Amino acid sequence: MSLVYLFVFPGTLFLILYALWSEWVDRKLYARFQNRIGPPIYQPIADVIKLLAKEEMCPDMADRRVFVIAPILAVASVMTAFLYIPIWSTSTPYSFQGDLIVVLYLLTLPPLAFFLGAWSSSSPFASVGSVRVITQLFAYEAPLIVVFLAPAILAGTWSISGITTFFARHPVLILTNIIGFGVSIVAWQGKLERIPFDIPEAETEIAAGSFVEYSGKLLAFIRLALDMEMVVGASLISAVQLGGSFGAGGIAGLLIYFAKTMFIVFLLALIKSVFARIRMDQMLTQCWKYLIPLSFVQILISIIVKEGIS
Amino acid sequence: MGKLTLPIGPQHPALKEPGNFELTVEGETVVDAKINIGYNHRGIEKACEERSYIQGIYLIERICGICSHAHTTCFCQAVEEIAGLEVPRRAQAIRVLIAELERIHSHLLWLGVAGHEIGFDTLLMYVWRDREIVMDILAMISGNRVNYGMNTIGGVRRDVDRGHIDKIKEALPILEKRTRYYLSLASEEATFIARTKGIGVLSQEMALRYGAVGPTARASGVDRDLRRDEPYALYGEIPFNVITTDTADIYGRTVVRVLELLECYQMIAYLIDHLPEGEIRVRAPRKIPRGEAVSRLEAPRGEDIHYVAANGTNRPERVRVRAPTLANWPSMAVMLLGRYIADVPITVAAIDPCFGCTDRSITIRGRDDDPGETLSWDRIRRYGITWYERKGVDFRKVRVNP
Repeated sequence: MSLVYLFVFPGTLFLILYALWSEWVDRKLYARFQNRIGPPIYQPIADVIKLLAKEEMCPDMADRRVFVIAPILAVASVMTAFLYIPIWSTSTPYSFQGDLIVVLYLLTLPPLAFFLGAWSSSSPFASVGSVRVITQLFAYEAPLIVVFLAPAILAGTWSISGITTFFARHPVLILTNIIGFGVSIVAWQGKLERIPFDIPEAETEIAAGSFVEYSGKLLAFIRLALDMEMVVGASLISAVQLGGSFGAGGIAGLLIYFAKTMFIVFLLALIKSVFARIRMDQMLTQCWKYLIPLSFVQILISIIVKEGIS
Repeated sequence: MGKLTLPIGPQHPALKEPGNFELTVEGETVVDAKINIGYNHRGIEKACEERSYIQGIYLIERICGICSHAHTTCFCQAVEEIAGLEVPRRAQAIRVLIAELERIHSHLLWLGVAGHEIGFDTLLMYVWRDREIVMDILAMISGNRVNYGMNTIGGVRRDVDRGHIDKIKEALPILEKRTRYYLSLASEEATFIARTKGIGVLSQEMALRYGAVGPTARASGVDRDLRRDEPYALYGEIPFNVITTDTADIYGRTVVRVLELLECYQMIAYLIDHLPEGEIRVRAPRKIPRGEAVSRLEAPRGEDIHYVAANGTNRPERVRVRAPTLANWPSMAVMLLGRYIADVPITVAAIDPCFGCTDRSITIRGRDDDPGETLSWDRIRRYGITWYERKGVDFRKVRVNP
């Protein structure tokens, strides 16, 4: 049973398929917002199969070990993080006190892996891109973590399952998370390196930036890691900020999960289509000027509400 | 992080044509920029000398894929001046009509490209969709979307009929409505303003010193427009305003182009109501008498200059083309220095560069320690043959099937 959970549902296989589905939804929505037709439903999976079949090149000057391990590390950490997030019920078999911190930590690994991989490839474009990856990390990571602590304070637990259980008991209280929800959506957009925060891979400035030297299977892993990060992020935001499946369980719980994560993907696609790419310095300013204060306001609201209900 | 050389081009997603910008960057800041052009040299001027005037028009038309009509008009005006031809008024009006339609599609194209350069692909998709309206009109009048083949020496080749005018009248309000929307978008969208305001600043003094032309100069407050200052064709009879701003940045260049679009719609509306009747061309002699002429014209990107020298035969002695982009290149160095890497693509794109138009010279620019040399026609031919021989290609063995 445990093996099925790990590898089939809701582990590896489900995560990969749902990630590719989400990528299609995202691309289709982005296309429709731009008055385009968009890709057919099998496009993401076809892309992955094509990339897996291609030769991968490693630059001569690159540190081969780091270059190869980085994308695999990114995929592995995202997959591991998914195991601690409740999907259709209020708990997972692996949950423990403090898994929220572990999940946030695991989700910080992909940007670090991308940085290491890009830096080791020693291409000028990738070098500029990798520095941007790490600079950007300082912009979105702080508000993201602060804003995920707010529900934990409210629920009085460090476990994601504990937080969803709490919200299942008090569903109205998710309304106090509105600011936190907004901040986490914006910060997650930064983590996924999408418009307006696609600075590390800005196509028109530094070609593909940090991923410029990657090809074949390794590029497939990177794309997969980013897709899965989107799904894991949506699941995490849905579980922690929106109260998960409200304890519905079974098929109903799964449907609530799909609805909430797709809503989050919709918001991410909407943000992607209505903004221009901002500059690195502008992103740092905006994040520290608006997102950080807002996330502290969220913490304050959570503390006040907690005092109110106890 | 130390200094790093970032080669933008010759092949790069930001560039639609080959060019090379060697940026020396410190972190995110550009500390030195070297601009190398010449990847797109096609020898068009020399080829014109080998062809008759009529054949030359079609060659000149292919200098630029966007402002093809501007180049042919400029060339034809020079030849007509030498031959002393009086172009009929209706032909002049049709030339203006096509020129303004071309300006619309060129400026819309630019707006889309600018959106793409700052990562605003939604703007690109919307603008290029609306650009299709004017492309369809051009295709309806001339049969082609870009190289219209409208001009000939002594007039134009195709007339505009009632049906065309009705279609244009239908399209103008739609285009105007969309353009006003883009104007409001440019002045309200926060990320667009953040990426364009105060970027690529070219003061009025610098614009004059480096000889900037077209919307680039007008955005720096240089009030110059050949259509008003030195009217050619029917421009003297059409009321319009020359748009200038004094923001001197990319935001200003955007606003100037979008407002120019609105002027274009009014000019076209006026023109199709006041279209003169009569012939569309006069018969031009095959051999153009000895003489020379310079023709200037306001292309969508700025002032376009053609020089033609005739020697009494059916072929020109010399054709010289100075495309507007060349006049805007020198100011680029001022605009790029000290900016962020992220600002480079939009700064380059903001002058609406056309590398294919610009690359004329056959002077080989060497490295810093090499002063470079000028190659004669024979030497450049021999250089090409030996270069291929070293690669293992021997042209003596190549047989071309008749």
